[in-house]
Amino acid sequence: MSAAEGTRRDFLYIATGAVATVGAAGVLWPLIAQMNPDASTIAAGAPIEVDLTPIADGQVIKVFWRGKPIYINHRTKKQIEEAQNVDVAKLPDPQPDSARVKAGHDQWQVLIGICTHLGCIPIAHQGPYDGYFCPCHGSVYDTSGRIRSGPAPSNLAVPPYEFLSDTKIRIG
Amino acid sequence: MSGHPTYQPKSAFMRWMERRLPIAGLVYSSFVVYPIPRNLNYWWTFGGILAFMLGAQIVTGIVLAMHYTPHVDYAFNSVEHIMRDVNYGWLLRYLHANGASMFFLAAYVHMFRGMYYGSYKEPREVLWILGVILLLLMIMTGFMGYVLPWGQMSFWAATVITNLFSAIPLVGESIVAWLWGGFAVGNPTLNRFYSLHYLLPFVIVGVVVLHIWALHVAGQNNPDGIEPKTEHDTVAFTPYATIKDAFFLLVFCVLFAWFVFYIPNFLGHPDNYIPANPAVTPVHIVPEWYYLPFYAILRAIPNKLLGVVALGGSILILLFLPWLDTSKVKSAKYRPLYRQFFWLFVIVCVGLGWLGSKPPEGNYVLIARIFTAYYFAYFLIILPLLGFFEKTKPVPNSIAESVLGKGVPLGAPAPPPRAA
Repeated sequence: MSAAEGTRRDFLYIATGAVATVGAAGVLWPLIAQMNPDASTIAAGAPIEVDLTPIADGQVIKVFWRGKPIYINHRTKKQIEEAQNVDVAKLPDPQPDSARVKAGHDQWQVLIGICTHLGCIPIAHQGPYDGYFCPCHGSVYDTSGRIRSGPAPSNLAVPPYEFLSDTKIRIG
Repeated sequence: MSGHPTYQPKSAFMRWMERRLPIAGLVYSSFVVYPIPRNLNYWWTFGGILAFMLGAQIVTGIVLAMHYTPHVDYAFNSVEHIMRDVNYGWLLRYLHANGASMFFLAAYVHMFRGMYYGSYKEPREVLWILGVILLLLMIMTGFMGYVLPWGQMSFWAATVITNLFSAIPLVGESIVAWLWGGFAVGNPTLNRFYSLHYLLPFVIVGVVVLHIWALHVAGQNNPDGIEPKTEHDTVAFTPYATIKDAFFLLVFCVLFAWFVFYIPNFLGHPDNYIPANPAVTPVHIVPEWYYLPFYAILRAIPNKLLGVVALGGSILILLFLPWLDTSKVKSAKYRPLYRQFFWLFVIVCVGLGWLGSKPPEGNYVLIARIFTAYYFAYFLIILPLLGFFEKTKPVPNSIAESVLGKGVPLGAPAPPPRAA
């Protein structure tokens, strides 16, 4: 059989290659996807409810949601004022305080307590702004959880949450 | 070199074997009669030391795996169980933990030796690149191993290092969740790190085989950086390299044993004897000493993404070293300017290591920035330009001439190497 007529072998060659490629890709995907959060982990990440009544004025508590520490800060009048009286345009990640709390609940500030740099837990009531200070690489956040100095690229994240009543929130 | 004797099986069994699987002949030609430059110094013994350390880590690691439990609720206690209950468990764990440090120490000496004598240059570029890949594999393996005891440093090392990937635009957060197998570092993370920590050493073994293969194709570099031309330039691997490697390996083991038996926790961190706590980050977190220079580079850059890029770049830049160094002369022995820049580079690397252990504030950050700038300038500016501007010293005609002096005319039989 001359090379020009080699259609049977060419067909087998291409068909085998095509099926093997699709098959390999099909097997590769489960091998990669198994590393994503599993069903039980996702189920354990369901919303949580937090009662705010025991948190005193000026107190910060820490609760866990999805394995992440959530800071709930009962801010004092002074802290609220400090957070509001800032030239927003000059901040590294400009955001007014009003965008970081729920309207009418200025005293309650809920934050994911994970430094946006490399994931350490900032310490509350520390640093020059009496906000949060990350001991790992020196990022400084203010009383609204906004980044003021240090390597962190953005403000502390606000988790999804809502007020069920004036003294109860649901996070998640 | 041509003309060295080939393997002649002595027994009937070995003759039978050699026709079917010529492994004895391979060992004979690679590790007995294999010609090595006659001027190798003790810096060339670190390859053998690294092979020994890899073996030691695998043996102690497999034994530790028989007693360790990779679960967030049991991992910390199972390590304490190894320390207190398992027969000789304390010894095996201290050997493994300090062995990692010795492994990295030997690897860094080995790399600096290669840089000083220009061992990465033609025809050894692939050999060098395989070495850089081995370093990357060692870094990954060492990091994942450090997470397994599940102490405070373990947990926060895992958190900080996996968060490096969150700097990637758009897909960073998804990648991090994929690495974690959850919304934070947790049990799935510990489990997969354990699996990979067990796997990667055997990947290292595979790449080491390629590394040695490439070494035996190109032949060893040597302190003069010139290729052997005649058999006067070489001696046989056995006994010359065998005894030199073995002797210095034992000297190295004295250092290893001193750490294991006298200061087993000197290189560790007390915080790692506190069980992992996701709610509290230790006030001063630092990686193991062998990652400190890279950590200092990460922290020297005030921007998250660029810091991570600099960290990765500081290692990956080594892959391009064979082409960044434009000088045709290999050994720093004949490169007066390069030698000074090289030792400054060594000081900067050690200095970055020291800075990595310091808090990221004040002058520490400033010095770290200057050192980081030198680190990259060394590869990207100094080495490419030096090849054009440096006036190198004359290189000897042959290794034999450099060892024995010019009195021996080429072609005359060289005096035999000094008897052992």
